[in-house]
Amino acid sequence: MLKMAVASIQVSESPLVLYTLRRADDALILGHRLSEWCGHAPMLEEDMALANMGLDLLGQARELYDYAAKVEGNGNDEDKFAYLRDVRQYRNLLLLEQPNGDFARTMVRQFFYAAFADLYWRAMMKSRDATLAAIAAKSEKESAYHVRHSSEWIVRLGDGTAESHARAQTAIDDLWAFIGEMFEVDDSERALIDAGIAVDPAVLRPPWLRLVSDIVSEATLDLPRNNWMQQGGRNGRHSEHLGHLLSELQSMQRTFPGATW
Amino acid sequence: MYTQALNTSEAEERNVEDAARAAQFQARIDDEQRIEPNDWMPAAYRKTLTRQISQHAHSEIVGMLPEGNWITRAPSLRRKAALLAKVQDECGHGLYLYAAAETLGTSREELVDQMLAGKAKYSSIFNYPTLSWADIGVIGWLVDGAAIMNQIPLCRCSYGPYARAMIRVCKEESFHQRQGYEIMVTLSRGSEEQKAMAQDALDRWWWPVLMMFGPPDQASQHSDTSTKWKIKRFSNDELRQKFVDATVPQAQYLGLTIPDPGMKQNLATGHWEYSAIDWDEFKQVLAGNGPCNRDRMAARRKAHEEGAWVREAAAAYAEKRSYRQAAQAAE
Repeated sequence: MLKMAVASIQVSESPLVLYTLRRADDALILGHRLSEWCGHAPMLEEDMALANMGLDLLGQARELYDYAAKVEGNGNDEDKFAYLRDVRQYRNLLLLEQPNGDFARTMVRQFFYAAFADLYWRAMMKSRDATLAAIAAKSEKESAYHVRHSSEWIVRLGDGTAESHARAQTAIDDLWAFIGEMFEVDDSERALIDAGIAVDPAVLRPPWLRLVSDIVSEATLDLPRNNWMQQGGRNGRHSEHLGHLLSELQSMQRTFPGATW
Repeated sequence: MYTQALNTSEAEERNVEDAARAAQFQARIDDEQRIEPNDWMPAAYRKTLTRQISQHAHSEIVGMLPEGNWITRAPSLRRKAALLAKVQDECGHGLYLYAAAETLGTSREELVDQMLAGKAKYSSIFNYPTLSWADIGVIGWLVDGAAIMNQIPLCRCSYGPYARAMIRVCKEESFHQRQGYEIMVTLSRGSEEQKAMAQDALDRWWWPVLMMFGPPDQASQHSDTSTKWKIKRFSNDELRQKFVDATVPQAQYLGLTIPDPGMKQNLATGHWEYSAIDWDEFKQVLAGNGPCNRDRMAARRKAHEEGAWVREAAAAYAEKRSYRQAAQAAE
Protein backbone atom coordinates (compact mmCIF):
# COMPACT_ATOMS: atom_id res chain seq x y z
CA MET A 1 0.00 0.00 0.00
CA LEU A 2 1.32 3.37 -0.91
CA LYS A 3 0.97 5.86 1.89
CA MET A 4 0.27 9.47 1.17
CA ALA A 5 2.78 11.88 2.60
CA VAL A 6 1.32 14.02 5.34
CA ALA A 7 0.16 17.35 4.02
CA SER A 8 1.35 20.46 5.76
CA ILE A 9 -0.94 21.85 8.43
CA GLN A 10 -3.03 24.96 8.00
CA VAL A 11 -2.42 27.71 10.51
CA SER A 12 -4.91 30.46 11.30
CA GLU A 13 -2.41 33.26 11.58
CA SER A 14 -4.05 35.84 13.80
CA PRO A 15 -1.60 38.65 14.57
CA LEU A 16 -0.64 37.12 17.93
CA VAL A 17 -0.24 33.60 16.50
CA LEU A 18 1.87 34.92 13.63
CA TYR A 19 3.95 37.04 15.99
CA THR A 20 4.61 34.13 18.31
CA LEU A 21 5.39 31.70 15.48
CA ARG A 22 7.91 34.13 14.01
CA ARG A 23 9.89 34.16 17.28
CA ALA A 24 9.47 30.41 17.75
CA ASP A 25 10.78 29.77 14.24
CA ASP A 26 13.78 32.04 14.94
CA ALA A 27 14.67 29.98 17.99
CA LEU A 28 14.10 26.59 16.35
CA ILE A 29 16.03 27.32 13.17
CA LEU A 30 19.03 28.81 14.95
CA GLY A 31 18.92 26.03 17.57
CA HIS A 32 18.89 23.46 14.77
CA ARG A 33 21.85 25.11 13.07
CA LEU A 34 23.83 25.09 16.32
CA SER A 35 22.97 21.44 16.89
CA GLU A 36 24.60 20.61 13.55
CA TRP A 37 27.95 21.42 15.17
CA CYS A 38 27.59 18.78 17.85
CA GLY A 39 30.60 16.46 17.66
CA HIS A 40 32.40 18.61 15.10
CA ALA A 41 33.41 21.80 16.93
CA PRO A 42 36.99 23.17 17.02
CA MET A 43 37.42 22.09 20.66
CA LEU A 44 35.43 20.11 23.19
CA GLU A 45 34.61 23.22 25.21
CA GLU A 46 32.92 24.66 22.13
CA ASP A 47 31.01 21.44 21.50
CA MET A 48 29.60 21.99 24.97
CA ALA A 49 28.91 25.70 24.51
CA LEU A 50 27.27 25.40 21.09
CA ALA A 51 25.06 22.58 22.35
CA ASN A 52 24.18 24.68 25.38
CA MET A 53 23.05 27.60 23.27
CA GLY A 54 21.23 25.23 20.92
CA LEU A 55 19.37 23.70 23.86
CA ASP A 56 18.39 27.13 25.20
CA LEU A 57 16.97 28.04 21.81
CA LEU A 58 15.12 24.75 21.39
CA GLY A 59 13.58 25.31 24.81
CA GLN A 60 12.48 28.82 23.81
CA ALA A 61 11.03 27.48 20.56
CA ARG A 62 9.01 24.83 22.38
CA GLU A 63 7.48 27.32 24.82
CA LEU A 64 6.63 29.72 22.04
CA TYR A 65 5.08 27.03 19.82
CA ASP A 66 3.12 25.77 22.76
CA TYR A 67 1.76 29.24 23.36
CA ALA A 68 0.99 29.78 19.67
CA ALA A 69 -0.96 26.50 19.70
CA LYS A 70 -2.99 27.63 22.71
CA VAL A 71 -3.75 30.99 21.19
CA GLU A 72 -4.65 29.47 17.84
CA GLY A 73 -6.81 26.73 19.40
CA ASN A 74 -6.93 24.56 16.27
CA GLY A 75 -5.38 21.40 17.69
CA ASN A 76 -1.88 22.20 16.46
CA ASP A 77 1.07 21.65 18.79
CA GLU A 78 4.81 22.22 18.94
CA ASP A 79 5.61 19.23 16.74
CA LYS A 80 2.99 20.03 14.13
CA PHE A 81 4.32 23.57 13.87
CA ALA A 82 7.91 22.36 13.62
CA TYR A 83 7.50 19.28 11.46
CA LEU A 84 4.45 19.90 9.30
CA ARG A 85 4.93 23.36 7.85
CA ASP A 86 6.73 23.93 4.59
CA VAL A 87 9.29 26.58 3.68
CA ARG A 88 6.68 29.18 2.79
CA GLN A 89 4.96 28.76 6.16
CA TYR A 90 8.15 29.28 8.15
CA ARG A 91 8.58 32.82 9.47
CA ASN A 92 12.13 32.99 10.80
CA LEU A 93 14.72 35.65 10.03
CA LEU A 94 16.87 34.90 6.99
CA LEU A 95 19.98 35.42 9.12
CA LEU A 96 19.23 32.37 11.23
CA GLU A 97 18.81 29.87 8.41
CA GLN A 98 22.18 30.76 6.88
CA PRO A 99 24.46 27.71 6.90
CA ASN A 100 27.01 27.38 9.69
CA GLY A 101 29.99 27.90 7.40
CA ASP A 102 33.20 28.11 9.39
CA PHE A 103 33.33 28.83 13.11
CA ALA A 104 33.67 32.57 12.48
CA ARG A 105 30.49 32.65 10.45
CA THR A 106 28.60 30.70 13.11
CA MET A 107 29.83 33.07 15.83
CA VAL A 108 29.08 36.25 13.90
CA ARG A 109 25.56 34.99 13.15
CA GLN A 110 25.18 34.12 16.83
CA PHE A 111 26.48 37.48 17.96
CA PHE A 112 24.31 39.55 15.61
CA TYR A 113 21.21 37.66 16.71
CA ALA A 114 22.01 37.31 20.42
CA ALA A 115 22.81 41.01 20.71
CA PHE A 116 19.35 41.67 19.31
CA ALA A 117 17.55 38.90 21.21
CA ASP A 118 18.95 40.01 24.54
CA LEU A 119 17.64 43.56 24.10
CA TYR A 120 14.40 42.19 22.69
CA TRP A 121 13.65 39.77 25.52
CA ARG A 122 14.59 42.34 28.15
CA ALA A 123 12.05 44.72 26.64
CA MET A 124 9.47 41.95 26.26
CA MET A 125 9.58 41.27 29.99
CA LYS A 126 7.22 44.27 30.19
CA SER A 127 4.78 42.84 27.64
CA ARG A 128 1.09 43.04 28.59
CA ASP A 129 0.85 39.44 27.49
CA ALA A 130 1.71 37.51 30.66
CA THR A 131 2.87 34.37 28.86
CA LEU A 132 5.19 36.24 26.51
CA ALA A 133 6.53 38.24 29.45
CA ALA A 134 7.30 35.02 31.33
CA ILE A 135 9.02 33.45 28.32
CA ALA A 136 10.97 36.68 27.92
CA ALA A 137 12.20 36.61 31.53
CA LYS A 138 13.64 33.13 31.05
CA SER A 139 14.97 33.76 27.55
CA GLU A 140 16.72 36.97 28.54
CA LYS A 141 18.96 35.13 31.00
CA GLU A 142 19.91 32.71 28.25
CA SER A 143 20.49 35.31 25.58
CA ALA A 144 22.68 37.32 27.96
CA TYR A 145 25.02 34.32 28.07
CA HIS A 146 24.83 33.95 24.28
CA VAL A 147 25.91 37.58 23.85
CA ARG A 148 28.78 37.14 26.26
CA HIS A 149 30.00 33.92 24.71
CA SER A 150 29.73 35.04 21.09
CA SER A 151 31.14 38.53 21.67
CA GLU A 152 34.19 37.04 23.41
CA TRP A 153 34.78 34.91 20.35
CA ILE A 154 34.36 37.87 17.96
CA VAL A 155 37.11 39.66 19.87
CA ARG A 156 39.38 36.58 19.99
CA LEU A 157 38.93 35.87 16.30
CA GLY A 158 39.21 39.48 15.18
CA ASP A 159 42.26 40.17 17.33
CA GLY A 160 43.74 36.66 17.06
CA THR A 161 45.73 35.67 13.98
CA ALA A 162 45.70 37.12 10.46
CA GLU A 163 43.66 34.13 9.32
CA SER A 164 41.04 34.39 12.04
CA HIS A 165 40.80 38.14 11.47
CA ALA A 166 40.17 37.63 7.76
CA ARG A 167 37.59 34.92 8.38
CA ALA A 168 35.74 37.02 10.97
CA GLN A 169 35.70 40.04 8.64
CA THR A 170 34.36 37.93 5.76
CA ALA A 171 31.61 36.58 7.99
CA ILE A 172 30.59 40.09 9.07
CA ASP A 173 30.58 41.30 5.47
CA ASP A 174 28.54 38.32 4.28
CA LEU A 175 25.95 38.37 7.06
CA TRP A 176 25.47 42.13 7.39
CA ALA A 177 22.72 42.21 4.75
CA PHE A 178 20.52 40.11 7.02
CA ILE A 179 20.45 42.34 10.09
CA GLY A 180 17.88 44.82 8.77
CA GLU A 181 15.10 42.26 9.03
CA MET A 182 15.45 42.08 12.82
CA PHE A 183 14.18 45.66 13.14
CA GLU A 184 11.31 45.49 10.65
CA VAL A 185 7.66 45.83 11.60
CA ASP A 186 4.61 45.04 9.47
CA ASP A 187 1.00 46.05 9.97
CA SER A 188 0.06 42.95 11.95
CA GLU A 189 2.88 43.62 14.42
CA ARG A 190 2.15 47.33 14.57
CA ALA A 191 -1.22 46.58 16.17
CA LEU A 192 0.43 44.39 18.82
CA ILE A 193 3.00 47.09 19.55
CA ASP A 194 0.24 49.63 20.00
CA ALA A 195 -1.51 47.25 22.39
CA GLY A 196 1.63 46.89 24.54
CA ILE A 197 1.95 43.19 23.72
CA ALA A 198 4.96 43.51 21.43
CA VAL A 199 7.92 45.87 21.55
CA ASP A 200 8.90 48.15 18.71
CA PRO A 201 12.17 46.71 17.41
CA ALA A 202 13.12 50.05 15.87
CA VAL A 203 13.75 51.25 19.43
CA LEU A 204 16.28 48.44 19.86
CA ARG A 205 18.32 49.39 16.85
CA PRO A 206 20.50 52.15 18.38
CA PRO A 207 21.56 50.11 21.44
CA TRP A 208 22.13 47.06 19.19
CA LEU A 209 24.33 49.08 16.86
CA ARG A 210 26.24 50.53 19.82
CA LEU A 211 26.99 47.11 21.29
CA VAL A 212 27.90 45.60 17.93
CA SER A 213 30.11 48.55 16.98
CA ASP A 214 31.93 48.39 20.32
CA ILE A 215 32.67 44.69 20.07
CA VAL A 216 33.59 44.85 16.40
CA SER A 217 35.99 47.70 17.01
CA GLU A 218 37.52 45.96 20.05
CA ALA A 219 38.02 43.00 17.72
CA THR A 220 39.88 45.34 15.30
CA LEU A 221 37.22 44.54 12.68
CA ASP A 222 35.04 46.85 10.58
CA LEU A 223 31.34 47.12 9.98
CA PRO A 224 30.41 47.12 6.29
CA ARG A 225 29.41 50.34 4.55
CA ASN A 226 26.94 48.51 2.33
CA ASN A 227 23.53 49.05 3.85
CA TRP A 228 21.44 47.10 1.40
CA MET A 229 19.26 44.73 3.45
CA GLN A 230 17.68 41.44 2.41
CA GLN A 231 14.19 40.69 3.62
CA GLY A 232 11.40 38.17 3.25
CA GLY A 233 11.85 35.62 6.03
CA ARG A 234 9.01 37.01 8.13
CA ASN A 235 6.66 36.42 5.19
CA GLY A 236 7.98 33.01 4.22
CA ARG A 237 10.20 34.16 1.34
CA HIS A 238 13.39 32.39 2.35
CA SER A 239 16.83 31.63 1.01
CA GLU A 240 17.37 28.27 -0.68
CA HIS A 241 19.03 26.99 2.48
CA LEU A 242 15.87 26.62 4.56
CA GLY A 243 14.33 23.91 2.36
CA HIS A 244 17.32 21.65 2.91
CA LEU A 245 17.30 22.29 6.64
CA LEU A 246 13.58 21.40 6.80
CA SER A 247 13.94 18.30 4.66
CA GLU A 248 16.35 16.97 7.26
CA LEU A 249 14.49 18.27 10.31
CA GLN A 250 11.15 16.91 9.09
CA SER A 251 12.27 13.66 7.47
CA MET A 252 10.87 11.30 10.13
CA GLN A 253 7.50 13.02 10.41
CA ARG A 254 7.13 13.14 6.63
CA THR A 255 8.23 9.50 6.17
CA PHE A 256 6.07 7.99 8.93
CA PRO A 257 2.89 10.06 8.87
CA GLY A 258 1.05 10.28 12.15
CA ALA A 259 3.44 8.10 14.18
CA THR A 260 4.18 8.92 17.82
CA TRP A 261 7.81 8.88 18.87
CA MET B 1 46.98 24.72 25.39
CA TYR B 2 45.77 21.85 27.53
CA THR B 3 48.87 20.80 29.39
CA GLN B 4 48.64 20.51 33.09
CA ALA B 5 52.01 20.01 34.72
CA LEU B 6 51.98 18.07 37.96
CA ASN B 7 55.31 17.59 39.67
CA THR B 8 57.10 17.11 36.38
CA SER B 9 60.45 17.75 38.04
CA GLU B 10 59.90 14.66 40.13
CA ALA B 11 58.77 12.55 37.24
CA GLU B 12 61.97 10.63 36.83
CA GLU B 13 62.43 10.10 40.48
CA ARG B 14 58.88 8.80 40.71
CA ASN B 15 59.62 6.13 38.16
CA VAL B 16 62.26 4.52 40.31
CA GLU B 17 60.43 1.61 41.77
CA ASP B 18 62.02 0.36 44.88
CA ALA B 19 60.54 -2.74 46.39
CA ALA B 20 59.62 -1.11 49.68
CA ARG B 21 57.53 1.59 48.02
CA ALA B 22 55.87 -0.95 45.78
CA ALA B 23 54.91 -3.06 48.77
CA GLN B 24 53.58 -0.01 50.60
CA PHE B 25 51.60 0.98 47.52
CA GLN B 26 50.04 -2.47 47.23
CA ALA B 27 49.23 -2.45 50.95
CA ARG B 28 47.32 0.80 50.51
CA ILE B 29 45.37 -0.68 47.63
CA ASP B 30 44.60 -3.83 49.59
CA ASP B 31 43.35 -1.58 52.37
CA GLU B 32 40.93 0.05 49.84
CA GLN B 33 42.67 3.43 50.10
CA ARG B 34 42.56 5.77 47.11
CA ILE B 35 45.72 6.63 45.21
CA GLU B 36 45.92 10.35 44.44
CA PRO B 37 47.87 12.16 41.66
CA ASN B 38 50.84 13.20 43.77
CA ASP B 39 51.22 9.83 45.49
CA TRP B 40 54.00 7.49 44.45
CA MET B 41 52.81 4.79 42.07
CA PRO B 42 54.49 2.12 39.96
CA ALA B 43 55.18 3.22 36.39
CA ALA B 44 53.09 0.32 35.09
CA TYR B 45 50.10 1.43 37.19
CA ARG B 46 50.40 4.93 35.74
CA LYS B 47 50.71 3.55 32.23
CA THR B 48 47.77 1.17 32.58
CA LEU B 49 45.53 3.88 33.97
CA THR B 50 46.59 6.47 31.42
CA ARG B 51 45.76 3.99 28.69
CA GLN B 52 42.42 2.98 30.19
CA ILE B 53 41.21 6.48 31.11
CA SER B 54 42.24 7.99 27.80
CA GLN B 55 40.60 5.16 25.85
CA HIS B 56 37.51 5.82 27.88
CA ALA B 57 37.71 9.55 27.06
CA HIS B 58 38.22 8.85 23.35
CA SER B 59 35.19 6.54 23.45
CA GLU B 60 33.03 9.32 24.85
CA ILE B 61 34.15 11.70 22.12
CA VAL B 62 33.93 9.28 19.21
CA GLY B 63 30.65 8.07 20.73
CA MET B 64 29.17 11.52 20.05
CA LEU B 65 29.23 10.74 16.32
CA PRO B 66 26.80 7.83 15.91
CA GLU B 67 24.18 9.53 18.07
CA GLY B 68 24.97 12.97 16.73
CA ASN B 69 23.99 11.49 13.38
CA TRP B 70 20.34 11.71 14.49
CA ILE B 71 20.20 15.09 16.28
CA THR B 72 19.09 16.96 13.17
CA ARG B 73 16.52 14.26 12.34
CA ALA B 74 15.06 13.48 15.78
CA PRO B 75 11.33 12.88 15.31
CA SER B 76 9.96 15.34 17.88
CA LEU B 77 11.22 18.49 19.57
CA ARG B 78 11.26 16.73 22.93
CA ARG B 79 13.41 13.91 21.52
CA LYS B 80 15.64 16.40 19.74
CA ALA B 81 16.35 18.34 22.93
CA ALA B 82 16.93 15.14 24.93
CA LEU B 83 19.33 13.76 22.33
CA LEU B 84 21.28 16.98 22.01
CA ALA B 85 21.57 17.15 25.81
CA LYS B 86 22.67 13.52 25.92
CA VAL B 87 25.40 13.94 23.33
CA GLN B 88 26.50 17.07 25.16
CA ASP B 89 26.76 15.01 28.38
CA GLU B 90 29.05 12.59 26.56
CA CYS B 91 31.28 15.47 25.58
CA GLY B 92 31.33 16.49 29.25
CA HIS B 93 32.33 12.95 30.22
CA GLY B 94 35.15 13.11 27.69
CA LEU B 95 36.31 16.34 29.30
CA TYR B 96 36.33 15.00 32.89
CA LEU B 97 38.09 11.86 31.73
CA TYR B 98 40.81 13.74 29.85
CA ALA B 99 41.26 15.84 32.99
CA ALA B 100 41.54 12.66 35.09
CA ALA B 101 44.10 11.25 32.63
CA GLU B 102 46.07 14.50 32.75
CA THR B 103 46.57 14.06 36.50
CA LEU B 104 48.78 11.09 35.55
CA GLY B 105 51.09 13.39 33.62
CA THR B 106 50.05 13.19 29.95
CA SER B 107 48.39 16.22 28.38
CA ARG B 108 45.00 16.09 26.69
CA GLU B 109 46.62 17.35 23.51
CA GLU B 110 49.02 14.44 23.46
CA LEU B 111 46.28 11.94 24.20
CA VAL B 112 44.06 13.36 21.46
CA ASP B 113 46.98 13.28 19.02
CA GLN B 114 47.49 9.57 19.78
CA MET B 115 43.84 8.93 19.00
CA LEU B 116 43.90 10.94 15.78
CA ALA B 117 47.06 9.13 14.71
CA GLY B 118 45.21 5.84 15.14
CA LYS B 119 47.54 4.79 17.99
CA ALA B 120 44.93 4.73 20.74
CA LYS B 121 41.79 2.65 20.90
CA TYR B 122 38.22 3.62 21.63
CA SER B 123 35.23 1.39 22.25
CA SER B 124 34.59 -0.89 19.28
CA ILE B 125 30.82 -0.29 19.53
CA PHE B 126 31.06 3.17 18.00
CA ASN B 127 32.28 1.69 14.73
CA TYR B 128 28.76 0.54 13.92
CA PRO B 129 26.34 2.81 12.05
CA THR B 130 23.07 4.31 13.33
CA LEU B 131 20.64 3.54 10.53
CA SER B 132 17.26 4.33 12.07
CA TRP B 133 15.76 6.25 14.96
CA ALA B 134 15.41 2.96 16.84
CA ASP B 135 19.21 2.78 16.97
CA ILE B 136 19.11 5.81 19.26
CA GLY B 137 16.79 3.88 21.57
CA VAL B 138 18.95 0.76 21.47
CA ILE B 139 22.14 2.72 22.10
CA GLY B 140 20.64 4.25 25.22
CA TRP B 141 19.14 0.99 26.42
CA LEU B 142 21.95 -1.44 25.62
CA VAL B 143 25.15 0.48 24.89
CA ASP B 144 24.69 2.79 27.86
CA GLY B 145 23.39 -0.17 29.86
CA ALA B 146 26.56 -2.13 29.13
CA ALA B 147 28.69 0.92 29.85
CA ILE B 148 27.03 1.28 33.26
CA MET B 149 27.69 -2.39 34.06
CA ASN B 150 31.35 -1.76 33.26
CA GLN B 151 31.56 1.58 35.03
CA ILE B 152 29.72 1.05 38.32
CA PRO B 153 32.65 -1.03 39.67
CA LEU B 154 35.02 1.72 38.44
CA CYS B 155 33.43 4.11 40.94
CA ARG B 156 35.50 2.14 43.48
CA CYS B 157 38.64 2.09 41.34
CA SER B 158 41.84 2.57 43.34
CA TYR B 159 42.78 5.73 41.45
CA GLY B 160 40.90 8.63 43.08
CA PRO B 161 40.38 11.00 40.12
CA TYR B 162 39.09 8.18 37.91
CA ALA B 163 36.77 6.83 40.61
CA ARG B 164 35.33 10.30 41.24
CA ALA B 165 34.84 10.97 37.51
CA MET B 166 33.03 7.64 37.22
CA ILE B 167 30.57 8.50 39.98
CA ARG B 168 29.47 11.54 38.03
CA VAL B 169 29.48 9.75 34.70
CA CYS B 170 27.42 6.82 36.02
CA LYS B 171 24.68 9.11 37.33
CA GLU B 172 24.26 10.66 33.90
CA GLU B 173 24.56 7.31 32.12
CA SER B 174 21.72 5.79 34.08
CA PHE B 175 19.54 8.72 33.08
CA HIS B 176 20.52 8.12 29.44
CA GLN B 177 19.76 4.44 29.78
CA ARG B 178 16.25 5.14 31.05
CA GLN B 179 15.73 7.60 28.20
CA GLY B 180 16.83 4.98 25.65
CA TYR B 181 14.57 2.36 27.14
CA GLU B 182 11.69 4.81 27.04
CA ILE B 183 12.28 5.29 23.29
CA MET B 184 12.12 1.50 22.94
CA VAL B 185 8.88 1.30 24.94
CA THR B 186 7.32 3.95 22.68
CA LEU B 187 8.41 2.10 19.53
CA SER B 188 7.24 -1.26 20.79
CA ARG B 189 3.79 0.20 21.46
CA GLY B 190 3.71 1.96 18.09
CA SER B 191 2.85 0.94 14.54
CA GLU B 192 4.02 -2.28 12.89
CA GLU B 193 6.70 -0.26 11.13
CA GLN B 194 7.95 1.08 14.45
CA LYS B 195 8.01 -2.38 16.03
CA ALA B 196 9.95 -3.72 13.06
CA MET B 197 12.37 -0.81 13.35
CA ALA B 198 12.93 -1.63 17.04
CA GLN B 199 13.52 -5.34 16.31
CA ASP B 200 15.89 -4.55 13.46
CA ALA B 201 17.93 -2.26 15.69
CA LEU B 202 18.15 -4.92 18.41
CA ASP B 203 19.19 -7.51 15.79
CA ARG B 204 22.05 -5.32 14.59
CA TRP B 205 23.32 -4.12 17.99
CA TRP B 206 22.95 -7.19 20.22
CA TRP B 207 26.19 -9.01 19.42
CA PRO B 208 28.37 -5.90 19.16
CA VAL B 209 27.04 -4.84 22.59
CA LEU B 210 28.05 -8.18 24.12
CA MET B 211 31.52 -7.61 22.67
CA MET B 212 31.77 -4.31 24.59
CA PHE B 213 32.74 -6.27 27.71
CA GLY B 214 35.94 -7.32 25.99
CA PRO B 215 37.44 -10.68 25.15
CA PRO B 216 36.53 -13.79 27.14
CA ASP B 217 38.38 -14.17 30.44
CA GLN B 218 40.88 -16.73 29.23
CA ALA B 219 41.98 -14.36 26.44
CA SER B 220 42.04 -11.04 28.31
CA GLN B 221 45.50 -9.43 28.33
CA HIS B 222 45.23 -6.89 31.08
CA SER B 223 42.99 -8.46 33.69
CA ASP B 224 45.41 -9.93 36.22
CA THR B 225 47.39 -6.86 37.16
CA SER B 226 44.33 -4.63 36.85
CA THR B 227 42.56 -6.83 39.36
CA LYS B 228 45.52 -6.75 41.75
CA TRP B 229 45.53 -2.95 41.54
CA LYS B 230 41.76 -2.77 41.99
CA ILE B 231 41.26 -1.00 38.72
CA LYS B 232 39.15 -3.94 37.65
CA ARG B 233 36.90 -5.74 40.11
CA PHE B 234 34.93 -8.14 37.94
CA SER B 235 36.01 -10.17 34.97
CA ASN B 236 34.76 -9.50 31.44
CA ASP B 237 32.65 -12.64 31.42
CA GLU B 238 31.14 -11.92 34.84
CA LEU B 239 30.03 -8.47 33.73
CA ARG B 240 28.75 -9.77 30.40
CA GLN B 241 26.65 -12.40 32.17
CA LYS B 242 25.27 -9.84 34.58
CA PHE B 243 24.30 -7.64 31.64
CA VAL B 244 22.60 -10.47 29.74
CA ASP B 245 20.65 -11.51 32.83
CA ALA B 246 19.44 -7.96 33.37
CA THR B 247 18.57 -7.42 29.70
CA VAL B 248 16.56 -10.52 28.83
CA PRO B 249 13.50 -9.59 30.92
CA GLN B 250 13.66 -6.03 29.55
CA ALA B 251 13.54 -7.36 25.98
CA GLN B 252 10.66 -9.64 26.94
CA TYR B 253 8.75 -6.70 28.35
CA LEU B 254 9.25 -4.89 25.04
CA GLY B 255 8.04 -7.91 23.09
CA LEU B 256 11.35 -8.04 21.21
CA THR B 257 13.34 -11.15 20.39
CA ILE B 258 17.02 -11.33 21.25
CA PRO B 259 18.72 -12.52 18.05
CA ASP B 260 20.17 -15.67 19.64
CA PRO B 261 17.97 -18.69 18.97
CA GLY B 262 20.26 -20.83 21.14
CA MET B 263 19.84 -18.67 24.24
CA LYS B 264 18.27 -20.46 27.21
CA GLN B 265 17.94 -20.01 30.92
CA ASN B 266 19.90 -22.40 33.11
CA LEU B 267 17.31 -23.33 35.69
CA ALA B 268 19.91 -24.33 38.26
CA THR B 269 21.84 -21.03 38.19
CA GLY B 270 19.12 -18.74 36.86
CA HIS B 271 21.58 -17.33 34.30
CA TRP B 272 20.67 -16.80 30.68
CA GLU B 273 23.23 -18.73 28.65
CA TYR B 274 24.06 -17.16 25.31
CA SER B 275 25.59 -18.68 22.19
CA ALA B 276 29.20 -18.29 21.14
CA ILE B 277 30.26 -14.72 20.30
CA ASP B 278 31.95 -14.16 16.95
CA TRP B 279 35.29 -12.91 18.25
CA ASP B 280 36.64 -12.66 14.71
CA GLU B 281 34.23 -9.83 14.07
CA PHE B 282 35.47 -8.13 17.24
CA LYS B 283 39.10 -8.51 16.15
CA GLN B 284 38.30 -7.10 12.74
CA VAL B 285 36.59 -4.06 14.23
CA LEU B 286 39.54 -3.46 16.58
CA ALA B 287 41.89 -3.82 13.62
CA GLY B 288 40.10 -0.92 11.92
CA ASN B 289 37.79 -2.93 9.69
CA GLY B 290 34.43 -2.22 11.32
CA PRO B 291 31.73 -0.64 9.16
CA CYS B 292 32.48 2.91 10.38
CA ASN B 293 36.09 2.97 11.68
CA ARG B 294 37.30 5.06 8.78
CA ASP B 295 34.33 7.42 8.89
CA ARG B 296 34.71 7.99 12.64
CA MET B 297 38.40 8.77 12.41
CA ALA B 298 37.85 10.96 9.37
CA ALA B 299 35.17 12.95 11.21
CA ARG B 300 37.37 13.48 14.28
CA ARG B 301 40.37 14.47 12.16
CA LYS B 302 38.27 16.86 10.10
CA ALA B 303 36.93 18.59 13.22
CA HIS B 304 40.45 18.80 14.62
CA GLU B 305 42.06 20.11 11.45
CA GLU B 306 39.27 22.55 10.61
CA GLY B 307 39.34 23.82 14.18
CA ALA B 308 43.11 24.41 14.20
CA TRP B 309 42.85 28.06 13.13
CA VAL B 310 40.29 28.72 15.89
CA ARG B 311 42.53 27.24 18.58
CA GLU B 312 45.49 29.19 17.19
CA ALA B 313 43.45 32.40 17.24
CA ALA B 314 42.43 31.81 20.86
CA ALA B 315 46.05 31.17 21.85
CA ALA B 316 47.32 34.22 19.94
CA TYR B 317 44.68 36.44 21.51
CA ALA B 318 45.43 35.15 25.02
CA GLU B 319 49.10 35.87 24.49
CA LYS B 320 48.48 39.40 23.20
CA ARG B 321 46.21 40.06 26.13
CA SER B 322 48.63 38.92 28.77
CA TYR B 323 51.37 40.94 27.07
CA ARG B 324 49.13 44.05 27.13
CA GLN B 325 48.21 43.45 30.77
CA ALA B 326 51.85 43.07 31.71
CA ALA B 327 52.69 46.25 29.80
CA GLN B 328 49.90 48.12 31.57
CA ALA B 329 51.01 46.88 34.96
CA ALA B 330 54.56 48.07 34.22
CA GLU B 331 53.39 51.63 33.44
